[in-house]
Amino acid sequence: MAAVLGALALWAVIAHGNALAGVVNPVLLPTPVEVGRVALDLGRSGELAQHFVTSLGRVIQGFGLAALAALGLGLLVGICVPLRFMAEPVIEFVRPIPPLAFLPMFLVWFGLGETSKIAFIGYTTFFPMFVAIAASVLRVDVVLLRAAASLGASRADLVRRVVLPASLPGIVVALRVGFGLALFVIVGAEFMGADAGLGHLIMEGRTFFNPAQIVMGALVLGLLGSMFNTLLLTAERRLLRWRAAA
Amino acid sequence: MASFVSNVSTLVESGLRGPALTRRRALALRLGAVAGFLALWSLLSGLVVVLRLFNPIFLPGPWLVLGSLVELAARGQLWVHVAATLERVAIGFATGAALGVGLGLAAGALRPVRDLVEPVVEMLRPIPPLAVLPLFIVWVGIGEPSKIGFITYATFFPIFLTTVTGVRQIDPLLLRAARSLGARGPRLFVRVILPAALPDILTGLRLGVALAFFVIVISEFIGAEHGLGYLINDGRNFFLVPQMLGAAVVLGLLGYAGNGLVRGLERRLTRWQHPA
Amino acid sequence: MAAGAKIQVQRVSKSFAVAGRQAPALADVDLDVAEREFVCLLGPSGCGKSTLLNIVAGFLSPTTGTVLVDGRPVTGPAPERGVVFQEYALFPWLTVTGNVEFGPAMRGRPAAERRESVARYLDLVGLRAHADKFPAQLSGGMKQRVAIARALANNPAIILMDEPFGALDAQTREVLQDELSRIQRVEHKTILFVTHSIREAVYLADRVVVMTSVPGRVKQVFAIKLPDARDRFAPEFTHYEAEITGVLKEEVAKVRE
Repeated sequence: MAAVLGALALWAVIAHGNALAGVVNPVLLPTPVEVGRVALDLGRSGELAQHFVTSLGRVIQGFGLAALAALGLGLLVGICVPLRFMAEPVIEFVRPIPPLAFLPMFLVWFGLGETSKIAFIGYTTFFPMFVAIAASVLRVDVVLLRAAASLGASRADLVRRVVLPASLPGIVVALRVGFGLALFVIVGAEFMGADAGLGHLIMEGRTFFNPAQIVMGALVLGLLGSMFNTLLLTAERRLLRWRAAA
Repeated sequence: MASFVSNVSTLVESGLRGPALTRRRALALRLGAVAGFLALWSLLSGLVVVLRLFNPIFLPGPWLVLGSLVELAARGQLWVHVAATLERVAIGFATGAALGVGLGLAAGALRPVRDLVEPVVEMLRPIPPLAVLPLFIVWVGIGEPSKIGFITYATFFPIFLTTVTGVRQIDPLLLRAARSLGARGPRLFVRVILPAALPDILTGLRLGVALAFFVIVISEFIGAEHGLGYLINDGRNFFLVPQMLGAAVVLGLLGYAGNGLVRGLERRLTRWQHPA
Repeated sequence: MAAGAKIQVQRVSKSFAVAGRQAPALADVDLDVAEREFVCLLGPSGCGKSTLLNIVAGFLSPTTGTVLVDGRPVTGPAPERGVVFQEYALFPWLTVTGNVEFGPAMRGRPAAERRESVARYLDLVGLRAHADKFPAQLSGGMKQRVAIARALANNPAIILMDEPFGALDAQTREVLQDELSRIQRVEHKTILFVTHSIREAVYLADRVVVMTSVPGRVKQVFAIKLPDARDRFAPEFTHYEAEITGVLKEEVAKVRE
């Protein structure tokens, strides 16, 4: 917290100092006050909230779909060996290609509306989450499976009562990272072919030569990201209470 | 043959992974799988044509993608674009790495530097680098410097953070041992701290390379005339989907190669971590 | 079949495929364990004693030979053969209670019955006060006691133990040996116990089966004729120890070569 205030103070000093000394065109280096003003204006008109909700909506929908798919397939791949062999090449092929490289493809496939953004977020987050979840499932210690089996577990019991809880920590981490990735990419996805959303807001700042708007949009995103990160970490810690020693 | 879904016997014998495969078998399966993927892709794109599911332009088969790449290469254009992208990535990454490692080492070792730099980094860290791209464009215009500056900015963070961690996570026992053997100040730094932090630094570099390739595309969508990203976005205008996919695949290959390079470097420089 | 042993290991051998070759672990093992008998498998490192236990447990299948329990062949793990592992294998996401009632809970036993069972066995191992703790909060010795309670709560006729006290320090080890001895005098299970400690084997077992080095087979069987409550310093005890040490030394020397 102190660090943030310190950084804010530093920013204020540099920006205001620049405005006075005129080293660089003051428009290019907005002060915290100017950025705050933009935020207030957009906040009051309700535009900020609108763009915020639009971006968040896309993230949640895209992530949600991808998470469900990654969970289902990740678990399935763990217990079904032939499926694993089929999934592996697809992943190996697609993984090295940066997801943003497919953004124009999604625009071609789904047009400029919401669907393309949601599908893109879904695509981007699916593969890393799926890989991480599958890895977590495969890592389940065989000793635990043996213990359960010798206590009378059937195959269904093994999956439900051992594989699932044992891989839960890995699954939760995968979901958290996936959500972070979604927030990371949504901006980029909203730079092109969008007329709403925080990314679009930032791009507008560029089009109308309003750096204060860019900075404001960036800060809002930063806040959003760090808020969700804290939220998810707390949820993670509560869910996995059993991990920490007393 | 084992059932479709692993049964209890398989699960208790070797866990979910199943029995370990010999190298040869694993390789064969891998190649077979890649071939399978290409076959599936070809089949799907063929079906689209035969069954008239939708305009086949949206799902061109692998041969069309390859064809467009070959065509671009033949016209001498492919290299121009590849070179443009590589140049931006290389310069941007190198600058970001130099700054990240340099500042990271300083911040890790010297408290005053850390106190100055860390709050700024902590504030900037949650902000997706992509959000800052338009700012670079506004500051420096739409040309090369903004793209390279952006790559530098993006790659700086992971490299800086892992370097700081690398320096600060050094086992104090090592430092104590080194000091008792007479190492002080700069010598301690070069001969003990640096090598000990090297694995973390290299990990950061690997993340930086991946990130550089991750973000370069978007900077090439906006205001570029050359580059793989440009090829991809440009393809939108005339629905040149094979070109779009082809450029994406090339980008993937470049990223893969870059990653491999850093991993190779890692292996050589930290041979002591995995002998034999 | 009436006088048949509880566990019958008949001409069991096992090889593993390692880097394309066959590495033999067990060769032609014949062994009978009578009901309510406590048998220790003793042998040098790598002699296959754990492999044999895993085969009896049903986790591995033998390359040749069969294992019969109550006259029926073993085809996989089953609740009649409870297992206690060296690594405890407690389910970290469940409390001590959750772990101990795992078997009965899976079979759908009513809550009241489970509660009673958990209480009984936690009392038996002296951990009633820790019923709501998670495994991460327990010491090694406590974890192993929970593991024993968990196996017992499932009411198996046979308990298979794979160097259960191997990961514990010397004192805790002896304490748990005492506990196990006491528990056995109450529960009267058929126990097959793997160890590489001669002292432990003589302290606990009715019979000690000494195995050869790899590929393992039965080298010699010792019947331990000592009272149920044993004195580690009694001359008879030491005598057995010395005898078995002599036999084992030959095999250990072979491993060294």
